[in-house]
Amino acid sequence: MGAEEQNLLKTPLFSLHEELGGKMVPFAGYLMPVQYPLGVMGEHNHTREKAGLFDVSHMGQVVITGNNADEWLETLVPGNIIDLKENRIRYTTFTNEDGGILDDLMITKRNEDIFMVVNAACKEQDIAHMRAALPDHLELTELTDRALVALQGPVAASVLARFADGVDEMPFMSYTEAEIDGVACFISRCGYTGEDGHEISIPAEHAQAVCRKLLAEAEVEAIGLGARDSLRLEAGLCLYGHDITTETTPAEGALNWSIGKRRREEGGFPGAEKILAQINSGETETLRVGILPSGRAPAREGTEILDADDNVIGQITSGGFGPTFGGPVAMGYVKSEFSKVGTEVFLQVRKKKLEAKVAAMPFVEQRYYRKSK
Amino acid sequence: MTVYYSEDHEWISVNGNEGTVGITDYAQNALGDIVFVEVPEVGDDFAKGDEVAVVESVKAASEIYAPVGGEITAVNEELEDNAALVNSSPDGDGWFYKVNIADADELEGLMDADGYKAFVAGLE
Repeated sequence: MGAEEQNLLKTPLFSLHEELGGKMVPFAGYLMPVQYPLGVMGEHNHTREKAGLFDVSHMGQVVITGNNADEWLETLVPGNIIDLKENRIRYTTFTNEDGGILDDLMITKRNEDIFMVVNAACKEQDIAHMRAALPDHLELTELTDRALVALQGPVAASVLARFADGVDEMPFMSYTEAEIDGVACFISRCGYTGEDGHEISIPAEHAQAVCRKLLAEAEVEAIGLGARDSLRLEAGLCLYGHDITTETTPAEGALNWSIGKRRREEGGFPGAEKILAQINSGETETLRVGILPSGRAPAREGTEILDADDNVIGQITSGGFGPTFGGPVAMGYVKSEFSKVGTEVFLQVRKKKLEAKVAAMPFVEQRYYRKSK
Repeated sequence: MTVYYSEDHEWISVNGNEGTVGITDYAQNALGDIVFVEVPEVGDDFAKGDEVAVVESVKAASEIYAPVGGEITAVNEELEDNAALVNSSPDGDGWFYKVNIADADELEGLMDADGYKAFVAGLE
């Protein structure tokens, strides 16, 4: 093991991953399971068919306490946080003065405070970014003593309800606190696979016990980062650092849906001038789109997108094989005039110029929970 | 018919002047679920060590190097629709291409089955 690997952090579930045969790889400063003996394809399909358990403890969990923390957060993110109802969750982004995206995150308004989940690779920077702007009356705490897991898939909610009564009735993007096997957990009905499911924040010392209980259910398998990536790609969801970066704005990243009407009218977040000009005019130089290669060859990140005359018109930012879709899927940025669904484009994959089309996302229908009336 | 193995985990089964090339069970296992194989074209000429094919797993692309030089005489078209053959039958139906071996001396630098077995054991 090299010096670099020795410095890698381990989540509270590390020994469980090893016990389960997880293949551990460095990821965002942590040693994380990329796959288990079931394999990426098997894990992907299992999640779409039943329920998969993902360790996402490397992500940052942060709490902000104090009066009007929601108002203050709106100075950092374009999302509508003030009007967020208690125990509801919102997806938003930290932006910079140029309108670029510093990170994407989930914000939960709780009874007394605000709970946030941020990306592993960005968490230190996010916390420094918030601390630099934090008023005296607010307190920021990183919850370093908690694990975070996601239970995702069509039967995930019903499995979790065996341990925590009623969680299968929670609305999509809502939050509750409940005991699982006697352990007090934060339970959020969200995830990043396109499937129904929950994210569960567990005190670190009980994380293995809770996960063992969940994994003991017949429908649940442990799922690694490999399948997490193919699932979120099929669901059309952005991976920070790849599909969205400081070089892309929310408008360019096709994330206008995450900026509500009031914020569009009032602005007041970093980069508002640029982002709102893009939203109001409906014009950006480039736009994130889905790309469907017409053959069987996957187009990976960094693949150039060309027009019929071999001009480079964009680049793939995430691409691979979609096991549920049954073929290669990708997303990337193209010059806006090429962003219409159905536009024929070409992909420079190694020495071959392959045909592809701009396609609507998600590639696999999202199955988030919608309460039947 | 003799089978030789490279340190890059390709095998070549030699019959007279013709070699059939694929990747080993060890390699397919390390790559995981294979979803696409880019095979060379019949008539292409490769030198030993050239990048001759690409294997795509769900997660990543990996280059396959020619264990010996020569002209491609056939490619496994079954792989186009069923790349998973490489996982299920790496040393059988999952072969990649056939080559007209240009210089039989190049086989000398490859390992036999026992040699490869020991080589792989050393990697674990």
